[in-house]
Amino acid sequence: MRRGSMKGRTLLLVLLLLPLAGLFVYVMTNSGPLAPVPVTVAEVESRSISPALYGIGVVESRAVHRIGATSPGRLLWLDAQVGEMVAAGQVLGELDPVDLNDRIEGQRAAVRRLESLVAAADSRVAETKARKEYAEAQAARYENLLKKKAVSVEAADAKRQERRTTAAAWSSARADAEAARAEQARAGSELKGLLARKEDLKLVSPVQGLLAAREAEPGSTVVAGQSVFQVVETEGLRISVRFDQSMASGLRAGLPAEIVLRSRADEVFAGNILRVEPIADAITEELVAKAVFEQTPGTLPPLGELAEVTVRLPALPEGPVVPDAALRRFDGRLGVWMMENGSISFRPVVAGRRDLNGMVRILEGLEPGERVVVYSVKALTPRSRVKVVERLGGGV
Amino acid sequence: MISLAGRDILHGWGKFVLTSVGLGLLIGVTLTMGGVYRGMVDDAKVLLDNSGADLWVVQRETLGPYAESSSIYDDVRWSVFGMPGVERAANVTYLTTQVRRGGEDTRVMVAGVEPGEPGAPGQPGYLTAGRHLARSHYEAVADEASGFRLGDTIRIRRNSYTVVGLTRRMVSSGGDPMVFIPLKDAQEAQFLKDNDAILQQRRRTAANPSLNRPGVPGMLDGVIASQGVNPYVNAVLVRLLPGADPEKTAEHMRRWMRLEVYTRAQMEEILLGKLIATSSKQIAMLLVILAVVSAAIVAFIIYTLTLGKIREIAVLKLIGTKNRTIIGMIMQQAIALGVLGFMIGKVSATFWAPKFPKYVLLEVRDAATGFAAVIIMCVIASLLAIRVAVKVDPAEAIG
Repeated sequence: MRRGSMKGRTLLLVLLLLPLAGLFVYVMTNSGPLAPVPVTVAEVESRSISPALYGIGVVESRAVHRIGATSPGRLLWLDAQVGEMVAAGQVLGELDPVDLNDRIEGQRAAVRRLESLVAAADSRVAETKARKEYAEAQAARYENLLKKKAVSVEAADAKRQERRTTAAAWSSARADAEAARAEQARAGSELKGLLARKEDLKLVSPVQGLLAAREAEPGSTVVAGQSVFQVVETEGLRISVRFDQSMASGLRAGLPAEIVLRSRADEVFAGNILRVEPIADAITEELVAKAVFEQTPGTLPPLGELAEVTVRLPALPEGPVVPDAALRRFDGRLGVWMMENGSISFRPVVAGRRDLNGMVRILEGLEPGERVVVYSVKALTPRSRVKVVERLGGGV
Repeated sequence: MISLAGRDILHGWGKFVLTSVGLGLLIGVTLTMGGVYRGMVDDAKVLLDNSGADLWVVQRETLGPYAESSSIYDDVRWSVFGMPGVERAANVTYLTTQVRRGGEDTRVMVAGVEPGEPGAPGQPGYLTAGRHLARSHYEAVADEASGFRLGDTIRIRRNSYTVVGLTRRMVSSGGDPMVFIPLKDAQEAQFLKDNDAILQQRRRTAANPSLNRPGVPGMLDGVIASQGVNPYVNAVLVRLLPGADPEKTAEHMRRWMRLEVYTRAQMEEILLGKLIATSSKQIAMLLVILAVVSAAIVAFIIYTLTLGKIREIAVLKLIGTKNRTIIGMIMQQAIALGVLGFMIGKVSATFWAPKFPKYVLLEVRDAATGFAAVIIMCVIASLLAIRVAVKVDPAEAIG
């Protein structure tokens, strides 16, 4: 009786202790540094990848015309509102001419006065010419009479002297008339100048386009060069995209691009790269390119809106490809962890281009069909024991 | 030969098992506390490991970028790049912030890294799902502990980032999970104020007559534009060429670039000796107290267990059992209790450790030390009990 009960208790205790011992062994081998590292493994594929470039940019117009004053002045009136379409040559506003109109009137009067002066001078030329012709005729007649000894030498000399005086008077009158004409021309030009300056006070749109901004209001004083209106050409809507220099190899004009506007994130517009700017941004370390829409969107995006541009590069020829998560750095070298017969070893590789889905072309070091470690829950070393699993936590 | 200790254990096995469970849980708590301390230290080290850097270039006279804030111009990297012995140099920014995930806030450390070649300094060294950053904007690789999953959207300041990759054990020195985003976005996030603040800043600038002169159109725009750029990063991470001497290279940079440069050893000293010094000492203090208390409790338990059997021991003595046999019984029992308790403690600690919000690192070395300590404790405690048992008067059995 007693012995049997003892046996039962021993059994019970052993039954209790065995699972504990098992659990303990499991815990010691499956946690901590001795535990195998769960990893996922993938085969090196041989396929072609299409690298893509990704940049962000802002919507802008091909040209923004800043219309403003060329001389300081006060805005008299403005007759255009933001959002209106304006025609080429349309007058959008005007600066206050201040005394310009009065000066034009004064100049006009001056021109008129000079016209009268010219008329007077012309009359004087006609008069002196008549006098000169008469004196010449008289002088010729007296010359004949002197030859026939019909008049005295003195009388003939007097006629000669009269002829010379009237000739000089005629010349002088002609010069006066010339001077008056020149004076008239000068005044006329000055008048034209004043009129042109008056014309210059008008703010005129040089192109057909959309009035994008109105930066001053009537009554405000603007300085020379300050812009009052901004007119943009709607035809030349484009996106100035910035690509990280280190990730922009292969960027060139003509490549197809996908454009997503920030305000319309679920809509993808087709476009292409118009040109890559010859000058890159040295401060931000970016290349700048211009992308254009294939078809301008029905509702124009506001200028300055952010847009994401993805440029698809031509597909690369087929070759070994691995997910970029497989590339690890160990012992100062880039490579992959090869999975062979349940154990891992590090193999340095030379990585090529990468696409936006994270696939990397391996240029050297891997053959299609070989198995490499992709994900692991910690950094691997050649001594790590690994356990291949289907997927690690958190993945989708 | 029948083991006297085994017989006695079987005799009162319920008591023995319950005692060992209690003892085991206590040992489990002590091991966990040790794990918390180790985890804390490991958090600091793993931050350095994960950065993949040999040298940290930071603002002069700061202990940046982890222990103090540091900001240097982002083009310093190129000068660093030109230094002898440097293989790679990468800009990095760190910003600890709250990000929203669903309805709740998560505290994360946002690291701005240069997207590009995996394995570059600053980049997460390994992933558990997804891929590395491939675009230079609006993508993120998050630590699993942040709770984000692939495809989730993280909102940091004004921008949303799509989680494209997950990693594990990428934490700040404080144990906050890290989120890696492209450097340019991070620079913006670190600097960018909310829109209201920006508008008010513009208004303030416009109201400043020296910056908004009536005769100089465009000056105000220029000033405002200059306020909206952030050419700063927190540090430049440097990877050295194989064989380059870190201290020599660092000294060269300190001398010629007039920046602070830390080597791995110095950085570890800063993190462990300065940043988490007090909090880790706090935990260490608690660990010491807990260990002492546990040891005392183990001793008391074994002592009282023996005292409870004092009558039986007296009977044993009465029937002529040798002292050696009695000593063996008590000691074997104590050691059995210790071994069982340690197993239970180790198992329970291993099972509850992952449930802790911060990392708990249970090291094998600690477990071994713990085991040795437990056994030594048991032996010492049993010596006390043995002293009582040996002294017991056989007459007590009948008295």
